[in-house]
Amino acid sequence: MGRHRHFARIVLPLRLAASIRGAGLSPGPFLPSRPRPYARLEAAPGRDRTIERIGALIMVAKPIITADAAVDLIREGAVVMLGGFMGCGSPAGLLDALERKGTKNLTLVCNDTAMHNLKSGEMTFVARLVAKKQFKKMIVTHIGLNGETQRQMNAGETEVQLVPQGTLAEIIRAAGAGLGGVLTPTGVGTEVEEGKKVVEVDGRKYLLEKALRGDVALIRAKKADKAGNLTYDKTGRNFNPLMASACETVIVEADEIVEIGELDPEVVVTPSVFVTHLVRARQ
Amino acid sequence: MEYVANKENIAKRIARFFRDGDVVNLGIGLPTLVGNYVPAGVTIVLQSENGFLGLGPAPAKGEEDPMLVNAGGACVTIQPGGCFFDSATSFGIIRGGHVDYTVLGVLEVDQLGNLANYKVPGKLVPGMGGAMDLTVGAKKVFAATQHFDNSGASKLLRRCRLPLTAAAEVDYVVTDIGFFEVRGGAFALKEYFKPYTVEYILEKTDADIVVDKDCMEVDLG
Repeated sequence: MGRHRHFARIVLPLRLAASIRGAGLSPGPFLPSRPRPYARLEAAPGRDRTIERIGALIMVAKPIITADAAVDLIREGAVVMLGGFMGCGSPAGLLDALERKGTKNLTLVCNDTAMHNLKSGEMTFVARLVAKKQFKKMIVTHIGLNGETQRQMNAGETEVQLVPQGTLAEIIRAAGAGLGGVLTPTGVGTEVEEGKKVVEVDGRKYLLEKALRGDVALIRAKKADKAGNLTYDKTGRNFNPLMASACETVIVEADEIVEIGELDPEVVVTPSVFVTHLVRARQ
Repeated sequence: MEYVANKENIAKRIARFFRDGDVVNLGIGLPTLVGNYVPAGVTIVLQSENGFLGLGPAPAKGEEDPMLVNAGGACVTIQPGGCFFDSATSFGIIRGGHVDYTVLGVLEVDQLGNLANYKVPGKLVPGMGGAMDLTVGAKKVFAATQHFDNSGASKLLRRCRLPLTAAAEVDYVVTDIGFFEVRGGAFALKEYFKPYTVEYILEKTDADIVVDKDCMEVDLG
């Protein structure tokens, strides 16, 4: 379950790059047949030439694994961050695999627990894992459409921590950005304030909300390149980019996986540096 | 006079506040109705806290896109010029004061501007979702509510009893019988809706009400 973050920092020395070019390697996935404007690396100041065709070479592909192999990376008791908003933008294949595997004592961090209608028995997305009691704790913003989550909370079977949505987003972002926490006016004068430090800045009260890290992020992307750069699908973005920045292991279920260099760097939402594993979504 | 709940009138009155270009976030439930009554010729931009600007009406049957939903999880559309963003940006827009109005549903609202709408301990615990951030962050907060609950009790109170969504953040309360501004620790009655009267509102509301000097009758039809 190693991070691949360090690979992304490898920059080939000029001579090595030149020798690869000189060796006349046939253009393959790692050597685009013609230089793309955004795969070009300018020479460092003081150097007299511009290097072409090296852009792709400094990015190392992330392993593409199956959903079942991916959930093997989630150990019992792990803190799992799950992207999605009422299931929109949740990685359905990874959830299915995690349900099959049955890993328990997990802590779930997610906007919500999707839908579970206790009368009809209908369940969507993560609600099935909730019903199988795979979580010992859930850190969520809204459980109004999941009667089972409410039942488990009221019966004291599962710990449910309700967090304002903007605060949840921001403490995850803070963790990914290396911050200790954030000061937010949200929740001042409410139950959310209990046990938290109140800090006054220029006469306004804020709560100190500590950053929230996770062990594993389960992310749903529209497109990933093999380096792990990601784009999202409409409102399926929501918490995904934030969670991808805040976990040790970041597993991305992508609708489409393309070659390195095929994504326009201007449209990448999540930089590859955050991503550790790729999984192809079921078609 | 008998009270008849009328959600449409609440939505109609709130929609008349909006001006061209206002950025508005409508809560789930009753507040969503407000979008149906924005006057012709007025263009507002709806923000949806799950991550986009330019929320449009529900799609035609058969054209639903499961990847394009509102904060209630229902399929919607996006208007030309709209855009998507992540949840941190979305709530940055909200807390940062870039939303002009939010309209939120009510369990209880009191004359200090306190709002309770996310929890009835031990019974109904849906969670606050984005409501706490919206209440704190939007420039103006509308509490939209039937004047009385199903048992006939006033939803406007002197002091909320339920856990608060936010303290002293509500600016306006619009019910199906009148429009109130939260001002100086009381509800200032600005409008009473036909066929109700000032006397009826003062008698039936369990809160301190000041009748505004410009208070008038409004016919919402």
